[in-house]
Amino acid sequence: MGGALDHTATFRQEAADLLVQLEGALLDLADRPGDRDLVDTVFRALHTLKGSGAMFGFDALASFAHDMESAFDCVRNGKLAVGAELVNLTLAALDHIRALVDSPGTADQVRGDVLRASFRELTGTGFRAESRGDAPASTGGLRDGEDRTAATYRIRFRPGREVMRFGTNPLLLLDELRGLGRCAVTAITDDIPPLEDLDPTACYAAWDILLTSGRPQAEIEDVFIFVADQAALKIEVVLDPAEESAAKRVGEILVERGDIATEALADTLDKQERLGNLLVREGKVSPSLVKSALVEQRHLNRVAQGRPGAPSSAATGIRVPAERLDALMDQVGELVIAHARLAQAASAGEDMGLKSVAEEIGRLASGLRDTTMGIRMLPIGTLFGKFRRVVHDLSIELGKTVELTMSGEETELDKTVIENLNDPLIHLIRNAVDHGIEDAETRAARGKPPAGSVHLAAVHSGAQVLITISDDGGGMDGAAIRAKAEERGLLAPGQEASESELFALVFQPGFSTSQRVTGVSGRGVGMDVVKRAIDALRGTIDIASTPEQGSVITCRLPLTLAIIDGLLVRVGGNRYVIPLSAIEECVELTPGQDQRSGGRSFLNIRDAIVPFLRLRALFNDGGTAERFQKVVIVASGEERVGLVVDQVVGQYQTVIKSLSKLHREVREFSGATILGDGTVALILDVPHIVAFAQKREERLKAAGIASPVGEQE
Amino acid sequence: MTKKIMNVDDSVSMRQIVSSTLQSAGYETVSAVDGEDALGKLATTAVDLIITDLNMPRLDGIGLIKRLRASTTHKFVPVLILTTVSEEKMKQEGRAAGATGWVVKPFRPEQLLATVRKVLGPDA
Repeated sequence: MGGALDHTATFRQEAADLLVQLEGALLDLADRPGDRDLVDTVFRALHTLKGSGAMFGFDALASFAHDMESAFDCVRNGKLAVGAELVNLTLAALDHIRALVDSPGTADQVRGDVLRASFRELTGTGFRAESRGDAPASTGGLRDGEDRTAATYRIRFRPGREVMRFGTNPLLLLDELRGLGRCAVTAITDDIPPLEDLDPTACYAAWDILLTSGRPQAEIEDVFIFVADQAALKIEVVLDPAEESAAKRVGEILVERGDIATEALADTLDKQERLGNLLVREGKVSPSLVKSALVEQRHLNRVAQGRPGAPSSAATGIRVPAERLDALMDQVGELVIAHARLAQAASAGEDMGLKSVAEEIGRLASGLRDTTMGIRMLPIGTLFGKFRRVVHDLSIELGKTVELTMSGEETELDKTVIENLNDPLIHLIRNAVDHGIEDAETRAARGKPPAGSVHLAAVHSGAQVLITISDDGGGMDGAAIRAKAEERGLLAPGQEASESELFALVFQPGFSTSQRVTGVSGRGVGMDVVKRAIDALRGTIDIASTPEQGSVITCRLPLTLAIIDGLLVRVGGNRYVIPLSAIEECVELTPGQDQRSGGRSFLNIRDAIVPFLRLRALFNDGGTAERFQKVVIVASGEERVGLVVDQVVGQYQTVIKSLSKLHREVREFSGATILGDGTVALILDVPHIVAFAQKREERLKAAGIASPVGEQE
Repeated sequence: MTKKIMNVDDSVSMRQIVSSTLQSAGYETVSAVDGEDALGKLATTAVDLIITDLNMPRLDGIGLIKRLRASTTHKFVPVLILTTVSEEKMKQEGRAAGATGWVVKPFRPEQLLATVRKVLGPDA
């Protein structure tokens, strides 16, 4: 309350100052009736008295000042001339204002009414009721009833190009809608022009929103109040609880009778995307709009499920939006990091009580982390199932008989990994069917069964999952790849290349040996896209192939993207994490070996020659190397490489934080993590670090400088 | 990062109530007495939102918005105008000049905050 009183006191003081200012200006105005600045000053002072008065509860003052202000507005607009009459009337009114400010309760109301009448007479407005409230037009019907059940609205929001130039952030409006109820938002991106035509200050996107909310429609319209004049907005009720839909959909009826599970229905509804695809292909409707319609369908479906009386087939599980899982994972990650700091602080002290609490929290945190990880795991079978249809359609299109078999469908993987695997796997399967499997005559000539076979397999291997796609087709033609590579200058004529090196060439952008272009594959979108997708998942991809026998493509993927098992190492004053999955062993680099290795930077490990990199030199971390350096032997693709570090701190399971947008182009580090003491350690991306060092060495060699990375300073 | 809001008003009591309302909700505030003062302060201070009165000496609210929208540095900063119910015309003018939205005087503190959150998002 004290605050409110302060405001009132401030206003009284301000009003007193304004009255003095007004008096002076009015007296000057009597002498110089044509002075515009004086008129403006008077108008502004009255305006402030009105506006601020209303703010602080001086309603009588506000309404009185309003009439005076109107008179001076007429003066400003040239509708009223300044004369002795106006000046004297205003001066008289100032005394009344003073009374209204000092003690609104006891001010002479009759006198006030007389003065107001006089002002109105001057402006010729007579009595005019001030319209109160600024309520937006309500669109009837839905304002009543607080406890009515939720209705579902279809909101089609098409903001004008210029909205962002008015400081409006359309995404905040969507957030506000999410606060009103259950929302399904689809972005319509059809109007976004190619980059060269894009005006970065314009808003090209539009949104279709399905909102299930118990709030009245007027409240939803209020969300858009500031953009109403800059946007096309259509709000319709698509599902009104008041009218239980008389004509139920067949699916709903089947579900209600228990003849079909809700999941199965949703699955079938998904297949209607094929109708959408058809419409898109025929150019009848844009992909975004089809997507939006499907989202609506699913949303309505879910709302229908949630209704009282709807069958509760969800007794054994609940659906949770993926973002919530991501947020949970994020927070658990923070918790794990925070615990590491707590443990460190506890171990530094003598407080046994604190130590035992820290241990207890550690146990709970790791349990929570594992549970959270488990929630995110999905069996890969959900993904594999889709490929049946892909192979079926393809074999018809290509006139080949192909059998798809699979194993390990129950293998679980992080949902993000699964989602991002869809496209690369489809590509690989298409390749296998289109280019791998031969046509019937060739197969017969080679003594193979008429039906080609493609096998998909998933299997756990430590912290990784191996996914293999094998076919019994013609295999890859090493000679054709070599010819193509030489033609494109990727390989010098006659240069030696191992089989696996040759096959790795197909991951080069735009590399295709196919003589023909079919509608299925070989249209320039090549294996490089697959490689990039797998890389992005921190996985690797390898090809093995035997002519006339078939090919096996192996993808190694981490179980999850969120957590990494790593080895914490120290180089100079900084610490780094090397992914454990890449590490084969750690050996000591004795000073003797260090000297002996000289400029060659090769190590002899059990009679195998392993090249090594000095991270200290690679990272330009000045200073001299410590006496007992270690070499961490890592596998990079097919080769083994040693990384020389100052100290191996220990094994470390950690939550990956991605680098900022500014560092997105930095390939050599896959992320960062926060250590127990709060410092940041970068996570090495082994293949990229090795590639970077190789390039650097080649460059230095070309420049005639011996490599400092491989050489002792 | 606490969001910073500039409050432009020639009325000291209005400045006070707007600032204290915003501060109580956790926002950082900076005040200016008119458009010229605001432009001067904006030259050295970055803000997330500007709430401006319309009728002010030297440079009024409409003029301020026009100058901001024509500037390179404050082209996109959200601007809310304070209007009274009788100023429907001013609301349109403010809009044409590039105002993001408006708050109608007299307002209750929670009305002001609801409008600010609409423009800046839920966090202070």
